[in-house]
Amino acid sequence: MPALAPPRPAAQRRRSWGYTAVPRWIYAVAAVGALFILLPLMGMVSQVKWGQFLALISSESSLAALLLSLKTATASTSLCIIFGVPLALVLARAQFVGQRVLRALILLPLVVPPVVGGLALLYTFGRQGLLGQSLQVLGIEIAFSTAAVVMAQTFVALPFLVLSLEGTLRTAGQKYEAVAATLGARPSTVLRRITLPLVLPGLVSGAVLAFARSLGEFGATLTFAGSLQGVTRTLPLEIYLQRETDPEAAVALSFLLIAVAAVVVTVTYRVPKSPLRALLAGPAS
Amino acid sequence: MTLEFRAALAARTMDVSLTVGPTETVAVMGPNGAGKSSVLQVLAGLLKPDSGHATLDGRSLFELSPGTTWLPPHARGLGVLAQDPLLFPHLSVLDNVAFGPRSQGLGKVASREAARHWLGEVGAMELSSRLPAQLSGGQAQRVALARALATDPELLLLDEPMAALDVNHAPFLRSLLKRVLAGRRAIIVTHSVLDALLLADRIVVMDGGRIVESGTTSTVLAHPRSAFAASLAGLNVLQGTLNGPSLLMDDGVLVTGRPSSVPPVPPSVGGQDGMAAFPPSSVSVFLTPPHGSPRNVFKVRVTELEPHGDHIRVRAARLSADISAAATAELALEPGSEVFFVVKAAEVVLYPA
Repeated sequence: MPALAPPRPAAQRRRSWGYTAVPRWIYAVAAVGALFILLPLMGMVSQVKWGQFLALISSESSLAALLLSLKTATASTSLCIIFGVPLALVLARAQFVGQRVLRALILLPLVVPPVVGGLALLYTFGRQGLLGQSLQVLGIEIAFSTAAVVMAQTFVALPFLVLSLEGTLRTAGQKYEAVAATLGARPSTVLRRITLPLVLPGLVSGAVLAFARSLGEFGATLTFAGSLQGVTRTLPLEIYLQRETDPEAAVALSFLLIAVAAVVVTVTYRVPKSPLRALLAGPAS
Repeated sequence: MTLEFRAALAARTMDVSLTVGPTETVAVMGPNGAGKSSVLQVLAGLLKPDSGHATLDGRSLFELSPGTTWLPPHARGLGVLAQDPLLFPHLSVLDNVAFGPRSQGLGKVASREAARHWLGEVGAMELSSRLPAQLSGGQAQRVALARALATDPELLLLDEPMAALDVNHAPFLRSLLKRVLAGRRAIIVTHSVLDALLLADRIVVMDGGRIVESGTTSTVLAHPRSAFAASLAGLNVLQGTLNGPSLLMDDGVLVTGRPSSVPPVPPSVGGQDGMAAFPPSSVSVFLTPPHGSPRNVFKVRVTELEPHGDHIRVRAARLSADISAAATAELALEPGSEVFFVVKAAEVVLYPA
């Protein structure tokens, strides 16, 4: 929130010289790496037909896809927070047998191809799936619905939040929590008034990562939820479809997705300074 | 109406039992790794011993041998102040102090009122709207003390509260502690003999997870029984068997002195374990054994020389002598020199172990 930050004097903004042990050639290799990411983005932006941009992204199917993407990504990010915070707490704080195995399994969606994740969901919640058959008896059908989109996105995005928050929790340590307990605070009070406020920066950046991952989800969604306009066809699916029929619209929509993602990622870098880090920086005299 | 505490922990070879009266302050002292902080952590409920029990004014804090009760930290009603103030970085000073009363169920307004009272008590009222990052170390520790007191704890646990403060801030906090500890029950872990003298009624010396010595502050410092207490008191202490006005050490050396009046030595007790104590300043150093009586002469090899105030402290194994720099030069002392430490019998105090 730069608008709220007090204006810093120019002298303070300029970083003073300090020794860095980075050899010069590293900068050259790093530049190649950065270009590898930036060049394709520029390549795509160069193909955007700016004259028809608004018309291209405001077709009925495009708007429906954009709206669905934002809705489902928001819903799955909420689910990631609801389940990810307890998961991260258990992994970071509790001690139990099988903790390492559990952590490895929970992080699996990071390395498994999303299509495989979609299949796993299908064989669990699909019509013929492990739980799907029982759910069908109850009149609940998940596969190929908007709920399925949210589930697919949550499946792939949850590890991002858990990983980010668990790291923050470990760094924060338990000293403040112990002090709060000796002051008479029950565990739930400690969680609400001490733990969560202290790890808020990690929670925010984890949630933003989860949102970005949800927004870009393609493979698991297509496999588990299909591609039904307005119901399960999110922006990435719409882009893939348009690529066949209307490449110019696909490029315009891709740019839109990149723009949304760029805004979201930039927000993570504007996360207010952690109160913990502010403390470590030492008392201001 | 006392605290009764016993706890054993195999992993840290700790086995301690302790009683603290209703308005008593006990200083727990001892070398690093003696298990002093573990005692406080067990009492606070942050470390679980293998066995033991603690009762505070008839209320059981934990009971681990037959029936198992273990009160969680938030239900114990103890206040903790550690070396690191650990103020919650995201709360203002006022809300830090109000945290305890608020957690005990007091309303927002009432708990802030209580917080203001305690900030006033520690002279930190003007800091109430600051964040912890804007405080100096001494200010932060004062606020942490107010926060610990604001819950009105039945027992205050102080773990080296002055250790992280510079020499300018420690005296202020020490006098503040002296004021608030009056009429309160507290256990203070400290390395400073000054803290023990000014704040504590009683000293408990721990070593290797066990209590090796305990007594009123004046007794422990005047008649130390353990090597650690002797070093605290700055005395040479020798161990042996009491025999009238002399002490027979295990290596056959006889030390003569005067029996102490407090605690009284029962007359004509042969064969009782006892101690002989004398200050390093009463020791003279000679290159050849002197003649004349009644004197104690110890043949020693100098191990270390170090400045000590305006004297040079000559260390030789378990004994120390304080002599002037001129005398050190005249005797040409250096580590390895063979010399005689001489103490007048009148300077040696004998007391039972």
